[in-house]
Amino acid sequence: MAKKGTKTKTTAPLAPELAQKLLYQMLLIRRFEEKAAEMYTKTKIRGFLHLYIGEEAVAVGVMQALRPQDNVLGTYREHGHALVRGLEPNVIMAEMYGRQEGYCRGRGGSMHLFDAKRKFFGGNAIVAGHLALAVGLALADKKMQRNQLTCCFFGEGAMAEGAFHEAMNLAALWQVPVLFVCENNLYAMGTALRYTHAQTDLTLKGAAYGITAAAVDGMDLQAVMEAANTAAATVRKTGKPYFLVCNTYRFRAHSMFDAELYRDKAEVEEWKQRDPIPAFSNTLLQQQLLAEADLQALEARVNEEVQQAIDFAESCSWEPVEEMSRFTYSEKKT
Amino acid sequence: MATSLITYRECLKQAIREALQGDERVFLMGEDVGHYGGAFAVSKGLLQEFGPERIMDTPLSEAGFTGAGIGAALGGMRPIVEIMTINFSLLALDQIANNAATLLHMSGGQLNVPLVIRMSAGIGRQLAAQHSHSWEPLFAHLPGLRVLSVGTHEDARYMLAPALLDPDPVIIFEYTSMLNLEQELQPVEGGVDISKAKIRREGKDISIITYGTGVYKALEAAAELAAAGIEAEVVDLRVLRPLDDETILASVTKTSRAIIVEDASRSVSVSSEVSARITENCFYDLDAPVQRLCGAEVPIPYPKHLEDAAVPQPAQIVSAIKKLLQHA
Repeated sequence: MAKKGTKTKTTAPLAPELAQKLLYQMLLIRRFEEKAAEMYTKTKIRGFLHLYIGEEAVAVGVMQALRPQDNVLGTYREHGHALVRGLEPNVIMAEMYGRQEGYCRGRGGSMHLFDAKRKFFGGNAIVAGHLALAVGLALADKKMQRNQLTCCFFGEGAMAEGAFHEAMNLAALWQVPVLFVCENNLYAMGTALRYTHAQTDLTLKGAAYGITAAAVDGMDLQAVMEAANTAAATVRKTGKPYFLVCNTYRFRAHSMFDAELYRDKAEVEEWKQRDPIPAFSNTLLQQQLLAEADLQALEARVNEEVQQAIDFAESCSWEPVEEMSRFTYSEKKT
Repeated sequence: MATSLITYRECLKQAIREALQGDERVFLMGEDVGHYGGAFAVSKGLLQEFGPERIMDTPLSEAGFTGAGIGAALGGMRPIVEIMTINFSLLALDQIANNAATLLHMSGGQLNVPLVIRMSAGIGRQLAAQHSHSWEPLFAHLPGLRVLSVGTHEDARYMLAPALLDPDPVIIFEYTSMLNLEQELQPVEGGVDISKAKIRREGKDISIITYGTGVYKALEAAAELAAAGIEAEVVDLRVLRPLDDETILASVTKTSRAIIVEDASRSVSVSSEVSARITENCFYDLDAPVQRLCGAEVPIPYPKHLEDAAVPQPAQIVSAIKKLLQHA
C-alpha cells in the first residue's frame, strides 16, 4: 500500500567508490545545467531549456537501480537523466547547440535527447505522451521474454492527463514491467499541485489501478536509492508495474521564459536548504567516505568535463539544409 | 467457368491471418478485436485461432493502446493496431502525430516505428455526424506517415503485407460500407506496391482521380460513360501520403482533363492537394479546369436522403463529366 516518503532515517554507509560516483553524477548535472543556462543567455542554446537543478537526487537515485538493457524514457527536463544514463556530455551539449554532431543531428535540441544504443527513448515533450510508449516497450519485452524493465519518468503534472490513466490501466491490466517514476516538483509549469489535483496523495492514483505505489523524499539521495532498488527489484521479480513518487523541488524556473510569479522566494530558499548535493556530500564527509580534497578534485573534474562539452559543441557544425528531409522516412526499406 | 466471389471483409481477414502466420512479431490489438470478433467481424475467429497473446482486446483507450503499439514497435514487435473507426482516431492523434510520425526524424534517424494502424472509415450507414467522418486528409497532412486507402478488394487482401514490411508507420483506411461487397479477386503475385497509385480503368477522355469508396463509384460511372462514348480513366490514388505524382500527372497529361472525387469535405482536402499539383505541373496540358466532386461542408446528417446528398454519387460523376465534355 502507499507509504509516505517523509521520514528521515540513518542509512548504512555506501561503498566509497559508489558514493563518489553518485556525488559525481549529481554534480555533473548541476554544473552542466548551470553552464547550459549561461550559454542560453549568450544565445548559444535557444528554444526551451528546462533545468533539472534541485531534482538531481531523483535521476541519480533511480538510475543506479537500472541495467544497461532496461529502457529509459524521460520528459523534456531530461538532461540529467541522459547524463546519468551515460550519454556523453559533449554530444548532449552539441545537441543542445543544435549541431549535427549531437545525438539527434541537432534536430531535437534540449527537449529531445535520444540514444538508441543506450536505450534512452527521449526527451518527450508532450506531457504524459510517453507513458503509453513505456507500456508498449515493456509489452514487447514481455512478449519476447526479455528479462528487462522499462523506467518512465514524468512530472506530477502528467498525472492529470488522460494519457497517464490510460497507461496505468494498461500496464496493470497487461502486467508489464514498467517502473513509473513521478518526479513531483509541486508545480505543473506554474500551477501548484493543490490547484491541479483533487487528490494530492499521488500514490493513491497508482494504488487505484492495483499498482504497488510508494513515495519517497526525493531530496534524499540514499532514500531514493533504497526506494528505487526495492521498486526495480519488485518489477523484475513480479513482471508487474510499480509506481514510485519522488517528492522533489525545482530550484530554477520552469523554463528560461518563466518569470516565477507563482511561488514565493522564501519557499524556494526553504527548499534550497535541502539541496541534495551538499546534503549528500556532507554525509560522505561525516562518514569519512570523502575528504575535502576529494570533493575539490571532483568539482575540478566536473568543471573540466563541462568546459570540454562547451568546447566540443562550439566546434561542431550545422546539418546542411539539403539534408533536412532525411529520415522523414527510413532510408533503408524493410 | 465463374471465378469465386469474395467479400471485402474476407479479404481483410485473410490478410490479417496471413500476417499472423508469417511473422511471430505481428499481433493485432484494438477494441473488441478478440472476444467480440471485431466490431465489423473482420477478426472473427482469429482469437480462437491465434490466442489472446496475438489477438489482444484493449480497453477503450485509443491514446493508450496506440501509444503502446508505438512502444511495442520500438521494442521490436510488428503490431497491427486497430482503431475501431476513424471517428475515434482523434483520441489517438497525439500519439500518431507527435510520436509515430516524428520519432525517426526527431531522433536523427535512430528510432523508426514499424507500426500499422488500421481503421474503418467512410459514411453510408446513417450513423450521423459523430460516426461518419472522412478524415483521411487530416492524416495525409502529416509528414512521417504513409497513408493508404483501401478502395478495392485487391488492396483489402494485399495491402497489409507490404505495410507490415514498411519500417515506418502506416495508416490504413478501410471502408465499412464495402465490407459485404462481393467481387472477384485475382491473386497478385509478389503483392501490391504501396508507393504507387493505380489505373483501375484506362481511358483517353478524362481522368477520374479518387480513393476509398470513390473507386467503385468511379468505375460504375466510367462504365455508364462508356455507353455514351466517353472513355474515362479511373485513377485510384491508394496512397494519400506520399502522393504518387508520377501516375497522377501521366494520366492527366494523357487525357487532358481531370475530375477528383472524394467523400471528405472540399476545403483543404486530398482533392485540393491533387488539384494543386496538377495545375502546378501540367497546366498547359489541360483542356479544361480541374473539377472536384467532394463531400458537402456540413456535419453529416442522419436521414438517408441527406446523407446520400452529402457525398458524391455515381450519377453526379457521370453528369459532371458529360457537362465538362459538353455531352450533356
